[in-house]
Amino acid sequence: MATRTDTSAPEGTKAPAKAIEGRSLGRIAWTRLKRDKAAMAGGMVVIGLILMAVFAPLIVSWLGHPPNEFHQDNSLLAAELGGLPRGDFLFFENSGISGDFLFGLEPQNGRDLFSEIVYGARVSLLIAFLATLVSVVIGSALGVIAGFFGGMADTVISFLMNVFLAFPLLLFAIALVGVLPDTAFGLSGNSLRIALLIFIIGFFNWPYIARIVRGQTLSLREREFVDAARSLGARGPYIIVKEMLPNLVAPILVYATLLIPTNILFEAALSFLGVGVQRQVVGEPGVTWGGLLSDAARNSVVHFMFFPGMAIFITVLAFNLFGDGLRDALDPKSKR
Amino acid sequence: MAGPAGLVCPAGPAAQAEIVVTFFIRRTIGAALMLLVVSIATFLIFFGLPRLAGATPETFAARYLGRTADEHTQQLFAEKLGFYDPLWQQYWNWIKAIFVGTDYDYGTGIEHCAAPCFGYSFRTNHAVWDDLLDRLPVTVSLTLGASILWLVTGVAVGVLSALRKGSFFDRAAMTGALAGVSLPPYFTGLMFLYFFSYQFDLTAPGGTYVDFSDSPGEWAYSLILPWITLAMLNAAAYARFTRAGMLDTMGEDFIRTARAKGLHERVVVTKHGLRAALTPIITIFGLDVGLLLGGAILTESTFGLKGLGYLAIDAINKQDFPQIMGVTMFAAFFVVVANLIVDMLYAVVDPRVRLS
Repeated sequence: MATRTDTSAPEGTKAPAKAIEGRSLGRIAWTRLKRDKAAMAGGMVVIGLILMAVFAPLIVSWLGHPPNEFHQDNSLLAAELGGLPRGDFLFFENSGISGDFLFGLEPQNGRDLFSEIVYGARVSLLIAFLATLVSVVIGSALGVIAGFFGGMADTVISFLMNVFLAFPLLLFAIALVGVLPDTAFGLSGNSLRIALLIFIIGFFNWPYIARIVRGQTLSLREREFVDAARSLGARGPYIIVKEMLPNLVAPILVYATLLIPTNILFEAALSFLGVGVQRQVVGEPGVTWGGLLSDAARNSVVHFMFFPGMAIFITVLAFNLFGDGLRDALDPKSKR
Repeated sequence: MAGPAGLVCPAGPAAQAEIVVTFFIRRTIGAALMLLVVSIATFLIFFGLPRLAGATPETFAARYLGRTADEHTQQLFAEKLGFYDPLWQQYWNWIKAIFVGTDYDYGTGIEHCAAPCFGYSFRTNHAVWDDLLDRLPVTVSLTLGASILWLVTGVAVGVLSALRKGSFFDRAAMTGALAGVSLPPYFTGLMFLYFFSYQFDLTAPGGTYVDFSDSPGEWAYSLILPWITLAMLNAAAYARFTRAGMLDTMGEDFIRTARAKGLHERVVVTKHGLRAALTPIITIFGLDVGLLLGGAILTESTFGLKGLGYLAIDAINKQDFPQIMGVTMFAAFFVVVANLIVDMLYAVVDPRVRLS
């Protein structure tokens, strides 16, 4: 431990890490990560958000009103102001913020903005996580194949990556969601939309993961332990799974973490443009932060823009902070 | 992409020029191939996928005719527009029309659609190409202003941060940059509009656009908020790239050599450090500008600017397939061309790029 505390010295990291036996990369990364206050704060917020999404109904029943309940009473919404909520709080004029409605009310229909924000985390995180998973699976598989086998496989996969990167991504995603029908694959309504969004967002982002994995595989392929495995008679698939994959976990983990906030922004953008998950009046509300923002855009009431926007901002920032910290912690060249 | 390894041509400048030309030709073919793939994918999405989902040639024709048309008219129209042809034939006709134009026979006489023919809008019956050209100035204005703004601020902040690594400025700037990349442009845009336009009346309200040729002053006034909104996002990203790049380069041996030669620190930073660090930034810059020229969808729809991105969203909401395909191809074209230009500039500017 004595040697490890002196990490500020530029060249003091590599040698001592080797000198201490029995400390895995994971352990080293964890000690580094624990020291990174910004990353830890980001991590805490992420955990908080996940809990918020999972326990949304519980939280809302404590601190708010069900997200599908309309509060159009004249004591809450001022009819003479065209349905703006009554009551100011700080600079949130006509927000209706009170102990009862923590983030105020939606103008006109009077839904509880707080509970909508809480429920919005569900759609956002579900889509972002699963879409990332899709990208990671496709990206790692193709990246490893391209890097390991080279030749024709590499040429084709690299060309595919370039084609995908040349696509006007957002435009394509919007168009795709737009042309698809209301029922398909035995799913309908929002479940179909969520499945489609996951697939589309995940499918368009795989080249980012594949590029990293391919690069790493190319350099790993030339290492001695691979030669050793091969000289012992191991075949391609065995080498990929048993020798390469464990070494690829760290970079994949880092870039997956950094892909999550991108996907959150992607989903929010689609919802903002009106092609995301649709709002329901009964059952699972299907609220999205992006959807709330696009409703707010028509109203010019500041609290209605502020809270959904901040929800996106804080979530994305938290994932970015954590991802950056994770990258620094897992980077063997990191000097921190 | 230039190959990672290869030998410098020892045979002299003539042979070198030949290699450059071959490289350019190869890259151009690659770009054309890329556009081909994009066009096939686009076509399949809009004319293939709906078929799987139950659309028929008649329903396509009905989009031109409105709801009132009877079945017979629909069939007649579908026949004339070639919706009964096999998919590959339709694709071929579509591509052919883009290069040589085509003639449409609506029954009221033959109408000629000149060379870059992307067909006619389902809704307005305007030629899609005219609509695209009509919207282009808005998107170009938006992209031009914003890109200059973000390149200058992003690189300046990034360089200063790298030179004063660990200082208060560095940490503040990098925290700000991380926040900047986490802010969705439609959120910042809405807040800007609310405060600067709605509350304090300092800038133009949303939906305003004045053409440059009408009044340059009002043009800038109408675009200042969209510029800042779009630039903020990218400036933050560029500051992060530049800082990382500068930190890498300033640790290189050639910087030590330059210092050892006794060069002034300013010369070391600008002539040696910045030049090397900027090359990758310029690459990304080219690609970003190419991407935005195809439509800055989010910024345009936040500010109600009727550019290409706005057209795209509008077309998608109204299921106007010819228009959607036109915009998509237009956008893909910009991205691919930007890619090509960047690659070629790279090959000319950076002696380390091997062309084999």
